[in-house]
Formats: sequence, C-alpha cells, structure tokens
Amino acid sequence: MKLVIIDYGAGNIKSIQFAFERLGVHAVLSSDAKEIQAADKVIFPGVGAAGAAMKMLKDKNLDTLIPKLTQPVLGICLGLQLMCRYSEEDHTPGLGIFDVDVKRFDASKVKVPQIGWNSINSLKTELFDGVNEDSYIYMVHSYFVPKCDQTIAEATYDGAYSAALRRDNFYATQFHPEKSSSVGEQILKNFLAI
Amino acid sequence: MLSKRIIPCLDIKNGRTVKGVNFVSLRDAGDPVELAAQYAQTGADELVFLDITATEEARATLANLVHDVAEAINIPFTVGGGIRSVEDVDILLKNGADKISINSSAVRNPQLINDLSSKFGSQCVVVAIDAKEIDGQWKVHLVGGKVPTELDLFEWAQEVEQRGAGEILFTSMDHDGTKDGFANKALAKMCELVNIPVIASGGAGKKEHFIDVFKDGKADAALAASVFHFGEIPISELKNDLKQAGIQVRI
Repeated sequence: MKLVIIDYGAGNIKSIQFAFERLGVHAVLSSDAKEIQAADKVIFPGVGAAGAAMKMLKDKNLDTLIPKLTQPVLGICLGLQLMCRYSEEDHTPGLGIFDVDVKRFDASKVKVPQIGWNSINSLKTELFDGVNEDSYIYMVHSYFVPKCDQTIAEATYDGAYSAALRRDNFYATQFHPEKSSSVGEQILKNFLAI
Repeated sequence: MLSKRIIPCLDIKNGRTVKGVNFVSLRDAGDPVELAAQYAQTGADELVFLDITATEEARATLANLVHDVAEAINIPFTVGGGIRSVEDVDILLKNGADKISINSSAVRNPQLINDLSSKFGSQCVVVAIDAKEIDGQWKVHLVGGKVPTELDLFEWAQEVEQRGAGEILFTSMDHDGTKDGFANKALAKMCELVNIPVIASGGAGKKEHFIDVFKDGKADAALAASVFHFGEIPISELKNDLKQAGIQVRI
C-alpha cells in the first residue's frame, strides 16, 4: 500500500510518519501532485494558523487537488478545519469538502486553546471500529467545527462539537490520532483498512 | 469532557536521564527513550523533557533525542531548556516535539513569545515560570530559580498570555522539592487571571496533593518528577484515586 502524507509546510508531520511506522507502514512525505494522486491513501495534516496554511496549500496548487482526490483521505487537526467551507481564523475560505464553517471557542466560557485529553462519543463509521464510546483522545485547538450532518464523532468543550467528520472518501479528525495512545493507533489502523 | 493531565518531567543531560530514576523494569534507567515509552504505557498523559546541558554540541544531541522519543511514544511531549531562538524551536519541532517550553529567554526577550506563536502557533508554546513568594509578593526567578527579578508572577503570566503563549508551566520554588503539596493559592489566583491552561509544578509528595492541586489550585495539569521516577506514586493508582475524588482523568 502506498501511503502519502501531504507535506506543505504546516505541522508536526514527523509524528504522523512515526505513528504509521509503529504500525508497520512506511508513509511518504510529498507535495507532488502526481505522487499524491497515485497514493492508495492520503493523510492531510496541519497545525498552526489557517490563513498561513491555506496560503502554503495554494502556493503548491494543492487547494484544487485535494478536493478532487478519490482515494481515502484523512485530515488531521488543522487539516480537518481547512477541509471545511470557511474558517473564522484569519477569515479563511476553506476547501469546501465539508459543508460547515469553523468557529472560535468562546473565551468568555472556556480556556482557549483547548489542550489535553477529551472523550469522544456518538461514534460512527468504520473509522471507529473497535473504539469504545467515551474513549480519550488528544486535542489541541482554538477553533472548532460545530455538529453537522457530516459529524461522525462528537466531543464536548464549550458545548458539543465535531471531533471527526466524513463525506464520501474524505475523513477527518479534530484530534491527533498519532498522539492519542492506543485509541489513536486503532483509528489509524482502521483508516488503513478502509 | 476535557480531563486533567498528569505529566512526569525528565531532566536530561547530554542526552541521558539525570539522577533520580528508579524503575526496576528498566534495563537502562539513564535512557530517556526507554523511560518515556514506559511512562506512555503506564498512563502518563504527556511528558516534559528538560535539558540541563549548557554546551552547544549537546544541543545536537537533544535534537537526536527528540527524534528518538517521537519515534517511540504515542503521547505528546514538550521539550525545554536553553531555547533562545526561533531556529532552536524549528529544529526541535521538525524532529517531532509537540511543544517547546521557554523560561529565562522569555523574560530576557519577551518578543520571542510573539515570534514563536506567530510562526508555529500558540498551541506549541509553553512559557515556564519559576517564582518565589517574597514578603507576600510572588516574584519571577530565572536560571532554574536562582536569580530573582522584579517581575510580578501574576502580571508576567498575563503578559505571556497576551503575547501568545498557549500554556503556562508554573513552578513554585517555595514548594519544589518539599513534597508538601503544590502552591494551590497562587495557582488558583493565576487560573482566575489567565484563560490558557496552567500546569502546576513543585511540591508533589502524596496522591492527595494532586487531588488538592486540581480542586483547590484549579490547575489543568500537574507535573512532578521524583514521586513518579522512584515509583512512590504509580500513575495508574494516582488516576484511580483522582477519579474516586470526582476528578476527570483519562484511565
């Protein structure tokens, strides 16, 4: 199987690569359109700010490529947020894969960023096969995606929100499966099996 | 619901764990990678590596160590000690660190906080603050707590938040090493004043101290070294006790 992690300059991609190596799968880091298109599975990572990350995607012409991919794609953290319609962060138009907008946590009600282990529930799809309801996963984020039709896992911070989304071949997690201990490993394994 | 975090801290010198580790199950107690893996498996929520090496050559050793740790463990970790520039941070993050922590260099050059958070995002910038109470006033100290400054702890905490820190690691020099409990009053005050997570450090001796630091100190996470390294408080037992006390933890 050929697994490609999209390398566009945003994020701790080394950790994702290591996580797959622990599962016995070598992931290639690439920003090359042909190599990404030819992959069996694609990881779309991201940490940092939405505006800067979207600019880096555009510079590499990846903003038009990603929504057209037909193989299973897994967005992680900021990757998930960029796959949405629009983000309040830097007023950034997204890739429009998910029909929902990204909002900022209300700092008058909760600490921002949310950092730490939160539990996920209402788990749907094969991405969560073998994962128990209320399992803990590692989250680090200031912006969030509200619950919507494409939500396949929920978490609660300033109210319930989307911990994971899916549309067709596109999956995405707000949390970091590569940093979420054995639960995260199960989720990555499930993605590889899709 | 978001859980409270338990964070063992490892002191590193020349790529090796310094003193104070007594794990019977470890083949090599000086190997930070093996120790980190052990902690990841036994319920630690996160790890902090504090590099106490001074020389430049050792900085390269640290980057290699970060790489090896990232390869081995599946929980987040923070690296601190001697970080002075955007370039220092870039190397550590590229090697797989999730967060970095700055302390004295942030006091000497507060703009560094802004620079790091705008380049890498607030989420990976931890500002560590060492402080001591002098005549009823909490004052920030530098160089591992040795050098006093005129900075007020609470004002500095608010400033680092405004400059873009994603988290504060607050060590009370008055409590560190006493095993007599955390600085809960100062912690609670800080948690009221800032709206970013606060990691409490200094004073852990018994399991009850952790219950107190979350209930009275309002901390988001608690860091300790010797009580974990010497096996005095097994993390799994600690988490069971915290859960019994009604505190949300990952088990």
